[in-house]
Formats: sequence, structure tokens, C-alpha cells
Amino acid sequence: MVSNVQIAGAPKKQLSINPKKFILWLFMVSIVMVFASLTSGFVVRQAEGNWLNYNLPVELLVSTIILVLSSVSVQWAVRAAKNKELNQTRLGLIITLVLGTVFLISQIWVWSILVENQVYFVGNPGGSFLYVLMGVHGFHLISGLIYLLIMLVRAYRVDKASKIQFQLGQSATYWHFLDGLWVYLYVFLLIYH
Amino acid sequence: MSTAHIELTDVMEHDDHGHHEQSFISKYIFSTDHKTIAKQFLISGIVWALIGGILSFIFRLQLGFPNMDMAWLRPFLGEWINIDAATGIGKLDTEFYLALVTMHGTIMVFFVLTAGLSGTFSNFLIPLQIGARDMASGFMNMLSYWFFFTSSVIMFSSMFISTGPASGGWVIYPPLSALPQAISGSGLGMTLWLVAMALFIVSTLLGGINYIATVINMRTDGMSFSKLPLTIWAFFLTAILGLLSFPVLLSAALLLILDRSFGTSFYLSEIYIGGEALPNMGGSPVLFQHLFWFLGHPEVYIVLLPSLGITSEIISTNSRKPIFGYRAMIGSMLGIAFLSFIVWAHHMFVSGMNPFVGSIFVLLTLIIAVPSAIKAFNYITTLWKGNIVFTPAMLFSIGLVSFFIAGGITGIFLGNAALDIQLHDTYFVVAHFHLVMGSAAFFGMVAGVYHWFPKMFGRMMDRKLGYIHFWVSFIGIYSVFFPMHYIGIAGFPRRYYSFTNFDAFSTFADLNAFITISAGVTFLAQLVFVFNFFYSIYKGKKATPNPWKSNTLEWTTPINPGHGNWPGAIPKVYRWPYDYSKPGAKDDFIPQTVPYSETPESNLPHEQELAEKEKKGDTGIKVE
Repeated sequence: MVSNVQIAGAPKKQLSINPKKFILWLFMVSIVMVFASLTSGFVVRQAEGNWLNYNLPVELLVSTIILVLSSVSVQWAVRAAKNKELNQTRLGLIITLVLGTVFLISQIWVWSILVENQVYFVGNPGGSFLYVLMGVHGFHLISGLIYLLIMLVRAYRVDKASKIQFQLGQSATYWHFLDGLWVYLYVFLLIYH
Repeated sequence: MSTAHIELTDVMEHDDHGHHEQSFISKYIFSTDHKTIAKQFLISGIVWALIGGILSFIFRLQLGFPNMDMAWLRPFLGEWINIDAATGIGKLDTEFYLALVTMHGTIMVFFVLTAGLSGTFSNFLIPLQIGARDMASGFMNMLSYWFFFTSSVIMFSSMFISTGPASGGWVIYPPLSALPQAISGSGLGMTLWLVAMALFIVSTLLGGINYIATVINMRTDGMSFSKLPLTIWAFFLTAILGLLSFPVLLSAALLLILDRSFGTSFYLSEIYIGGEALPNMGGSPVLFQHLFWFLGHPEVYIVLLPSLGITSEIISTNSRKPIFGYRAMIGSMLGIAFLSFIVWAHHMFVSGMNPFVGSIFVLLTLIIAVPSAIKAFNYITTLWKGNIVFTPAMLFSIGLVSFFIAGGITGIFLGNAALDIQLHDTYFVVAHFHLVMGSAAFFGMVAGVYHWFPKMFGRMMDRKLGYIHFWVSFIGIYSVFFPMHYIGIAGFPRRYYSFTNFDAFSTFADLNAFITISAGVTFLAQLVFVFNFFYSIYKGKKATPNPWKSNTLEWTTPINPGHGNWPGAIPKVYRWPYDYSKPGAKDDFIPQTVPYSETPESNLPHEQELAEKEKKGDTGIKVE
């Protein structure tokens, strides 16, 4: 398993972290840039006037809380894997998947409330931006759910939690990131809606 | 442990067995080997460059010879050549002219000088020059190429639909690009353009993420950042620029897709077509320009930086001198990379932007002259009093420096808002960016091909054909773009189909014809290169292990490096890559793998200290 050649000597080993981990972080940077550009576009466009003002539905807070809870449950799964509690890991993943799905459904529920409040996707960009931000985030969240689902399937195929620990950590990092991203978007929308 | 390590062990074991059989598909098509992927990018890039070149020649024919009968092009262009029923004279369709301009720009900027350049040389050189077996993720690397390939197929197919490819310019400003009523190319052609570009962005991000992760985490022992070849620094910074800017283009394109296909109004407002108002209200076309140029300006450096890195390496090697100001070169690249993100609005001086904001962008833009000048001076001072070896690669690198200076100077004109109001969207701009970014980056790419061809294919390219290629291209490119400055100052706007209706412009008709002829000759010279390239792959002279007497790690591999690059252990690095003509040394080059303890005759005092430490340290390889 471990590389069988070890090199010691004067030329120093270069500092490095696991490239796969690093790749995930870089991937998250590119997602940050997508949302940075969308939210700055939001601010720039809003400053030009002719902007639809609306109140953010309270229900959005509910979905935010659901997503934050899912972050707790995925972290619990990671910790369980570290303690070699495979069953707890599976349970944690299931809870996270359920919470994530509930979040997506509640986002669609928020959309229907927005439509009732006459904030539409087609129309003033003020409304359109809200739908785009929620939609693009939701799209990324689906990718996170798929990742977790793969981890859940694997968790049922292995006999030891240590076999999936690295990948589980990766998927949890991504999930926390998507959670943090949503909290950012929620606070952003609270300030600028 | 990560899977990466498992792969590495795998690779070494296979190499120990001598030869590792792979099926044709896994070796040449869906390969995860960085060298094969690099060649795939290179050959795709060459094909795209030829297509882009042909497109430009067709619209140059129209500009140079507006009265020409183009009926002979009908077998290729079909309905895009309108035959006059009375006279039988064929004319280029006016909307197709715009499509040609748009596709030429898109192809050259993205498919040739981004994917073809970074894709080739970052893939090929990063693992070889930092001492790694392969990229951080070979699978992602393979995906990167195949996303690019799919994107290419879609972009190419858009040229064969009845409404024509995208025609709103490579910058695709809405509302022109958003409304099919405005121009027929904004129908299906634009949709395909957006789909192709979305895939292209995915490809670039997959590639770029890999390059960054590899450079940071997979350097061999001793290869600190201050010992990295400048090529790697350039590719590394290019990848960072791409990682930060391409997602922004993706959001800009997403909003445009929503406007085009789902009825939103991000960019559209108060538009009347044939007296009827469109329903879209409240959009801002300037928002698109901001988002686009936030990518668009870094994109200029994504195109140029790899070429500057390649040039640094080639000029130093072939001047047989250390690169002048290694740290200044890195610093200036860092400076350029940073500044490239805060100057985007200099493309928008005439968009109705607040003039005060414009004046800030003037200041920031002009600051770029400082790191650019540092680079230009360092190239010249490296050449100064060097034992110059004029290989074709060296000639193209010197040509790059020439274009970089000639085109960069006009950038100072254009960066000033007051002058830009006069020069905006004229041929002066066309001349500026074709020299400084188009031709310079292209020359860097070609120089790289000549220089690393022996490593790619184990054979040499023909020198004489290389010289012909260089001199015709070099003179040809100046003949094309130098006169364009005059035409631009005279007020010729770019993207116009014809100038025959303006009396004031008739005095420049000869100059336009001259440009077109030069463009044709320059294009023919590229065919010499293409012939040389493909001929040499099979019939070229066999290469020696280190044909240019270079210091970097890629020349320590076998002539045809296998999967995993080095058959034994990865070499360790003791010194920087530019120890050329070191006083006291036996040869005029000392590869990076030579320890200071082996070169007491040429060591400087502080290097002698390092040599002592090396002797004390255990330099052997422990096999467990």
C-alpha cells in the first residue's frame, strides 16, 4: 500500500498535502467564484435602480436551519467512522441524506410562496436573481447528495469504517462547504433583498 | 493512504517489468498519461488553428478585395456566397462575414491559445519538470481533454447549421447575442456556442485544478518554489487565473442562457423590434460586459503567460546564460496575474461607465506596463552577450519578445480612456491585441513545439523548414498588423463588412489588399510547419537525450519516456534550473540533478556551504 521507495537526504522533501484533498479545495474555490460573481452582479444591478423589493419568506429560515442540522449529522458520521462505529456512520449518512432532501423540497416550497407573493422568475431581475441563486445552489447541493449517496452505498458494502474514512471525509468537507455557502447566501439575501 | 500512492507503486512495478501492454484505446484515446493527453491537446489545437486561420483568410479576402468574385468559394461555403442573378458575381453573405469574425476569435482565443497552449504544455511539462510520475489525477486530466473534445465537436458543428454559427463577436454582448431577431447567428448558433463554451469551461477547470494541485503537492525532493523553472511558474499562475476567472464566465453565460431561453431579463431592457416592444424590462447589458471582462481580461494573460514562461526557458537555454532576474521574472508574473483582475473595465470605457471609475481603471491598467517592461528587459538582458544558439525555437522566442514589445506599447495608448474614445473598436485595437496576445502567444506555442518536440516524439523537427517557417511568419505577421495601426488611426472600425461606401477610406484600399496578401503568405508558411510537424513524427532525425543541453528535469528521462516518466527513482533536485556557462564549470550547463558537492570548481561561496551540508547528509536512496 505505502510507496516502497523512501528517499532521504540533503534535497528536502517538499511540503505537500494529499493532492486529492487539495483538488477538492480548488474545486470549491471555483464554486465560490461562481457565487461571488452572481452576488456581485446582484449588488451592481441593484445599485442601478428599477429593482423589485420584496420580503424574504420566513420559511427560508426553516430550510436554512434544516441544512445546518445536516452538517451536524454528517460530522457525526465522520466521527463515528473514526471511532470505527460503522453502523453509526451509516445512520449519520442516512440522516444527512434525508435532511438534504428535505432542504431541497423546502426550497421548492419557498419558491411556491414567492410566486404567491408575486415574486417571479421571469420579470424584474430582483426576483430572477433570487431564483437563480437558490437554483444554482440547489444544483450543487444535488451533486453533494449524490456524493453522499455513493458513500452510503459504500458504507453498506465495506466491513470496516476505516476503508471509507478518506472518501467520507472528502464528501463531508464538500457538504459543509455547500452548507456554509447557503448560510452566506441567506445572510446576503437578508441584507440585500 | 490515498489512491494516488497506489497508482505510483503500480507504475513503478510495471516499469520494472520492462514493457507494459496497453490496449490501443487506453493508450492513445482514453489515456490518463499526461504526455499522451498533452499530444491530444496539441494536435487538436493545430487542427483548430488551421480552421481559425482559414476563416480569417476568407474575411480578409472580403476586406482586401471587396469587389472580388467569390463564386469559386461556393463549393465550400454554399449558400453563404450570394450569387447576383444578373451579373453572376458571388459575394460573401454579410451576416456570414460577422459569423466568420466571431468564430475566428472564439476559436483562436479559447480553442487554440487556451486549450491548445495550456493544455499541451502544462500537461506535458508540469510532471516532467517538477519530477512527478503524472498529474495529481490522471482521470480528471483525461476528462478535461474529452470535455474539450466534446466542446470542439459542438462548436464545429455549429458552423454547419442553416442559420449560421454565433455572429455577435467573440465577446457575445447582449442584446445582439440574446435576440435571434437581431442576427440569424443568435439563434441556434448562439445556443450551440454557449453549450460548447460551458463544456469548455468545465474542461479548463478540470485541467487547471489538476495543474495547481500537481505543482503544489507533487514536486520532487529539493524542488522548492525557488528552484522551479519559469515555465512551471507561468503554467501555475495561468491555472490560478483560469480557476478564478472562468467560473465568472460560466455565471455570465448562465444568465445569458436564461435570458435567451427562459424569458428572464438580466441583460435585456426596453427593446423595440419592428416597432413592437419586447416584454423584457429592467435588465442591464453593461452587467454582462462587467461579468464577461472579469474573465476576458485575465483570459488575455491565460493566453500569454504560458508563452512567456516557455520563452524564458528557451531564451535562457539558447543564450547559454542564466535567465536575467529569475526572481524579478517570478515577481513580474505575480504582479501581472494580480493586476489582471483589477483592470477589466478598460475594455468598457465607451460603455457609458462613470468617467471617474474609468480614470481609476486607466491608472491600474498603466501599472501593468511595469511588470511587462521588467519581463521585456529581462529577456533582452538575458540575450545580451550570450552565446546565442539560433535554433528555430530560439528564433520564435525572440520573435515573441519583439511582438510583445511592439504590441505592448500600443497598449499604453489604448489604456488611456481619453485616447480610447477615439481608438475604441478600430483596427488599431485589432492590431494591438493581435500582436501582443495573438501573435506573441502563438509564437511562444510554436517555440515550445520546436523545443520540446524531441521529448514528445523522440525525433527532431527539420531545422531548415523551421527557419523558413520563422522568417515568413515573422515578416508576414508584421506586414499584416503593422499597417493596421495606420488604418485604425484613420478611423476604420473593426467588424465592418466593407468600406467601399466611404470616400474617406478609399485611399487605404491598397493597404488593405497588401494586408490580405501578407495574411495569405503567413498562412501558407504555417502549412510548412504542419508538414514539418507530422513528417518529423515519423521520419525526423532521431533525438539525443538532451539535444539543447538543457538543465531541467525532463531531459533526464529516457528519450521516449514511458508511463511514469522515470524508469527508476525520481531524480532529486539540488540547484536552480539556470546554471548555464557558470564560471569554472567543465560544461556550459549543469543540470538540476547535479549536487553542489560534485562541482567544487564552480561553486559560489554560499553554494560551497551547501555542498558541505550535502556531504554530511545522507544522499543515498533507502529501499525498504
